[in-house]
Formats: sequence, structure tokens, C-alpha cells
Amino acid sequence: MAHFEKAKNLNEWLDQRLAVNTLKKVMQTEYWIPKNINFLWAMGMVLAATFGILLVSGIFLLMYYKPDTNLAFDSVNYTIMSEVGYGWLWRHVHGVGASLVFLIIYIHMFTGIYYGSYKKGRELIWLSGMGLFVAFSAEAFSGYMLPWGQMSYWAGMVITNLFSGGSLEAYGLVEWIRGDYVPADAFLTRFFMLHVLLIPVAIIGLIVLHFGTLRIPHVNNQDGEEFDFAEAAELYKAGKVKESKVIPFSPVFLSKDVLVMGVYFILFFYLVFYHFEFAMDPVNFDPADGLKTPAHIYPEWYFLWSYEILRPFSKDLGLIAFAIAQVIFFMLPFLDRSPNVAPASRRGLFKYWFWLMLLDMITLTFMGKLPPTDALFANIGLVAAILFFVLWIALPIITKLEKKL
Amino acid sequence: MKELKIFGIVAIFTLVLYWGVEPFAHSQMHKHVEGHDFVYNGAADIEEAEAAKKEDKVKVKKAFWADVEKISKLKGDVAAGEATFAMCAGCHMEGAVNMGGVVPPPLDHAGSLYEKNYLIALIKDPAMASNVDHKYKDTMTHPMGSIKTMVSEPQDIANVVAYLKAKKAGELTTKEAFTEACARCHAMRYAKTTQLGDTPKFKYKKDELAYKIKVIDEQDLVKAYMGKLPPDLSIIIRARSEHFLETFVENPQSGLPGTSMPRVGLSHEGYEKVKTYLEEIGDPSKPAREELGPKVLLFFIIFTGLAFLWKKSRWKGHH
Repeated sequence: MAHFEKAKNLNEWLDQRLAVNTLKKVMQTEYWIPKNINFLWAMGMVLAATFGILLVSGIFLLMYYKPDTNLAFDSVNYTIMSEVGYGWLWRHVHGVGASLVFLIIYIHMFTGIYYGSYKKGRELIWLSGMGLFVAFSAEAFSGYMLPWGQMSYWAGMVITNLFSGGSLEAYGLVEWIRGDYVPADAFLTRFFMLHVLLIPVAIIGLIVLHFGTLRIPHVNNQDGEEFDFAEAAELYKAGKVKESKVIPFSPVFLSKDVLVMGVYFILFFYLVFYHFEFAMDPVNFDPADGLKTPAHIYPEWYFLWSYEILRPFSKDLGLIAFAIAQVIFFMLPFLDRSPNVAPASRRGLFKYWFWLMLLDMITLTFMGKLPPTDALFANIGLVAAILFFVLWIALPIITKLEKKL
Repeated sequence: MKELKIFGIVAIFTLVLYWGVEPFAHSQMHKHVEGHDFVYNGAADIEEAEAAKKEDKVKVKKAFWADVEKISKLKGDVAAGEATFAMCAGCHMEGAVNMGGVVPPPLDHAGSLYEKNYLIALIKDPAMASNVDHKYKDTMTHPMGSIKTMVSEPQDIANVVAYLKAKKAGELTTKEAFTEACARCHAMRYAKTTQLGDTPKFKYKKDELAYKIKVIDEQDLVKAYMGKLPPDLSIIIRARSEHFLETFVENPQSGLPGTSMPRVGLSHEGYEKVKTYLEEIGDPSKPAREELGPKVLLFFIIFTGLAFLWKKSRWKGHH
């Protein structure tokens, strides 16, 4: 047993047992962030806050939700919306949050791509971030099943069917995933479990890992500049805050994060109160009916780009393209052969690659929701899907040619 | 300044993305249907027949609606109409039962709930008025088809409609509007009503079960008549857009060609009442949202203002 002095106050008492002062230094007051940043650097904390909102609103919804195909729809649309005090608020917060979290994830991702924040020592930040993207996608899909409306049912049908592997006709695997021949009670209860337990636990673990991977390579800055953090930190601690290139996470960096969060929350709650329909598809307010296929089946907006990569090709080719599109972003740090860590605007051809990729994904997103029966839209979708792969094939070549800055 | 520029770029991309997946996509997915502001003159019916290239149908429809127009110009005699109305009351009465179709609806507020021209058309030929004549070889076989022979003189029709407009046009609640216009076919489980009306409370389980069987029997009759059980409308207000609901109620064929749902001929006022009821049941949080929204937004505006001051004080001397 270690020797303990009588503590003078609570902080000291905790410090003796938990080293809270060291912890505070390591995690906050002496966790150094570059000063040369803009508001896009706050997206990480905005995401953390949104995840917190989703978690809290989810816990409240969980108290009244009933994972049973006979009860689920009415437990959401009647019990929670009409009978539970402020149930509507929690549901709309959860629905809007689920949509906005993806908007911020995409902004966060493209910020990383633009500034080269996945390169040279920062690969694990990118990889753990992509892990979070996949986990959030699974969380979104499993959550979409729960109200058991028409879109829940048919999205469940379409997505689980993908696992038959096209010509492989692995229907046994599809049945194993569903626990039935069609999405039914076994399907709903297992996706319920995934949504409220397994995936959230995985997300929390991945968030910790994601934060951990930032520690040693440090956060990137607006110019991709490499500098000695220890030296800059000494300067800061010596009171030369103007000359130093760093700021402490708390309170300086955090004060800006909180400002950005404030602006974000104004948008968030504006949507919650006045414009929530965009996040809650009308079709899903019709109860699930296996005998009535909706005229249009489409995923939520954040999956549309990858849906459009699946759609324009033949069955097997589409599946392969879709599978590659799901994982290709993981490969970014290894396909980018340039040693430069700099904003895309200073990186020659990569500048065009970045904007083309962004525009291509937005085009794919547009086309993913439009009826494929329209020849014009189908053709635009096909071209955009092909361009997506052309860009990925071109990436190692154009980055190899890039001049060293 | 540079930060504002970056913010502008992010905002523009976000708005473009929103435009593409919401307004634009929806405009492409649903064909636009023109509303007729709850005026019933057969324009839509004739257009549909023309679009289907059914010459004789176009002729029949044109003649029918021209007759309706003529009758609407006649001056109706309320007292004479009341006498003729006795014939209607044989079916449209308290405790009416289903005689192979639906339970005949009460007409207590028919004068305000339904539009005048529609009422004229309905008495003249129910299947034609409700635009479901495609279901019948002879519109006489419509459950209410026999009215064609019972009240056939133009002046009699004008009299009955004048009577309805004068004496059966009282103020009605939103629930009454829904019950009289829609509840023959559509249950509303979130309001605890079925095709038989409000579900009573029972002391004994077996009475409750016996009532349930009565409901199922009635639903089977409606199903046999309509082809399928018409959907429960509890949250239809959130499942369909406002414009779709309005044009669909005005003319079901416009949104779902070939449907067996009849046009019910709501007046503008009648539709507003029905819509309000659908909202009260399907979207009951609307008043609470409107009450709480500004307060929450104000909180976050103040929060952001304070955050700005905090940020400014923390970053002082850093640049």
C-alpha cells in the first residue's frame, strides 16, 4: 500500500488517488493545438457534441420504444409522439441529429482531405476516422429499421439482399442475417440490439481511439507546416503567447469550439422545430407492408452517393463497384504518393482532384435519389460513377508526379 | 475574413446538396397535379377521359357536367326540397347499416361540408360525380345508384340541394367533418375510431371482443366493396405532402389512377376542417413546437453571443 498524506481539499484528495492534476494537464491545459487553424478544426468537437445529443435523446426514446413488428410503429408514432411528454422533441432531435451528424462527418472528412491531414504519421487518425464513418453508417441503417415503416422494411429488404452477392446467390447468408426469409420480428429485434448496444459501444471505443491517434502526430494546421511542438509549448508557457505557434486545448482552443458549437446549435434547433421533415421521410409514416412496394426506394441522403455507384452497373459489376466504394476511402493515405502536407490549393493537380471528387460525389448524391427510369439521370449517374473510379485510379499517378514543395 | 470565405463555401455546398436531395428530387419523383380549389365542374374528369383517348366517355362526361351546370342555375325551393329529402333519409339516418357498400353517412352538415355542384352531380349520378364510373358497367349498380330514378327531375335535384344548403349547413367540429366525410371507409386508430365510429369502453372482455368482431365484419364489407381495406388515416398528414392530400381528396384519380376511392366533394371549408382534424390527430405536437421553438432558439443565440465574448477574451494577445 502506498503512503497517503491527509488531503487539504477535495482536489488534492482526488489528485493523490487519481492524479487528476496530471490528467488535466495531459488532456487539457497542456494538450497543444496549432494556432494556425480555422473553424473547420472545430468539427471534431461538434461531432462529439452531436453524438452526445444522439446518445441522450436515444436513451429517452429507448424508454418507450417497443422492438416488436406489431408494436414498433405505433410506439414511435403514437406513444412517443402523442402520449409521452416532450416525446416529439426527443424524436425530432434524434432524427435531425442523425442526419446532421453525417453532414458534419462529410465536412470533417473533406477538411482532412483538403489539408492533407491523413499523411505522414497521421494515417491512423484517418483510418480510425474511417472506422467511425463505417460504424456511424451501420448505426444509421440499424436505427432506420426501428420505426418499422415502409422505408424501414424495404430498405432492410434491399440492403440485406446485397449480401446474396449477385450471381453467388448466397441466399442462405441473407436468411442468416435476417433470421427469417423476409425482414420480420427476428430481423427487427437484432437490429434493435445492434442500434442500442453493440454499435454504440463500438463507436465510443473508436472515438477514444480516434482521440488517441491524434496525440503523437498532433493536429494538422492550415498550412500543413511541420514544427517543434515542445519548443512552441515552452514558448507559450513562458508567456510568449503571441510568438508561440500553439495554444492549449483548454481553454483557448475550446473557447473557439464552443463558439462554433453555438452557431451549429442555432441551425440544429432551427431544423428541429421548423424543418424536421427533411430528416424524416414521409414514406416511413406508412406502416411496413410486405405486399406493397413503395414507388421509389432510396436511402437517406448520406448514402445516396454509394447507392448510385451500385445502381448504374449490371448486377455483379454494381456490387463489386459498391463494395470497393465502401472501403476505398480507407486507402487514401496509401494511394496519395506525394510527400507534401499542404492544402490542396498548393498541390498542383491534386487541387483539381479534390474539387472534382467533391462535385462528383454531390452529383452521385443527386442522381441516387432520382428515378432511374429517366434516361438522362441514369446516364449522368453512370458517368459520375465511372468518374469516381477514374479519380481513384488517377490519384497515385498525379500525386507521384507532384513536385515536392 | 478568410474564415468567412471558407464558411461561405461550406454553406453553399451544403445548400446545393439540400436542394438536390429534397426539393429537386421530390419535384422529379412526383408528377405535378394542378388543384381546382374545390370547384367541381368535371374539368379534371373530362381531361382524364381525353388523356385516355376514350371518345364516348369524353362525350358522356361533357354532357353530364353540362347538365350539372344547368341545374345549378335553377332556383331551388327549400320547402319542396325538404319533402323530397325524406327519400334520402330512408338510408341516411341515425343507426344506418351497411347495405352492400358503406354505411350511409349522416347528412347533418352536408350543406357546409360538400360543395353545391358536387351535391347536384351526386344526386344525378353518384358514380359519375365521385369519378369512379370506371368501376361500373352501369352506374345504376353503384350502391347509391338508384337515386338516379328516385330524384331525377332537375328541379327536384335543385330543391334538395337548396334544402341541404339552407337547413343542413350548421357549424361542425373538425371531428364531425372527418366522421361524416371520411370515416365510412377510413379508421383512425390514434383517435380510437373505426368504420363503426368511436370505439366504446367495455367493462367485460367478451363485450369488447364481440364489438371487435362487429368491426371486422364491417371492415370485410368495406373491403369487398373497395377491393382492399382503405388505409387508417392516423398519421396520413405526415405520410403525404399537403399538396398531394389536397389534390387527392379533390380528385383521387389524379394521384392514384384507377383507385376505387370516390371523390367525396368537400367544399373548401369542409376540406380545411378535415385537414385540421388529421393534423390534430397525426401531428399533435404542432402547438407545442411553435410554443417552445422560439425560446430554445433564443437560448442558443444568447449562448452563442456569450461564447463569442469568451472566445474573444481567451484569444486576446494570441495574434
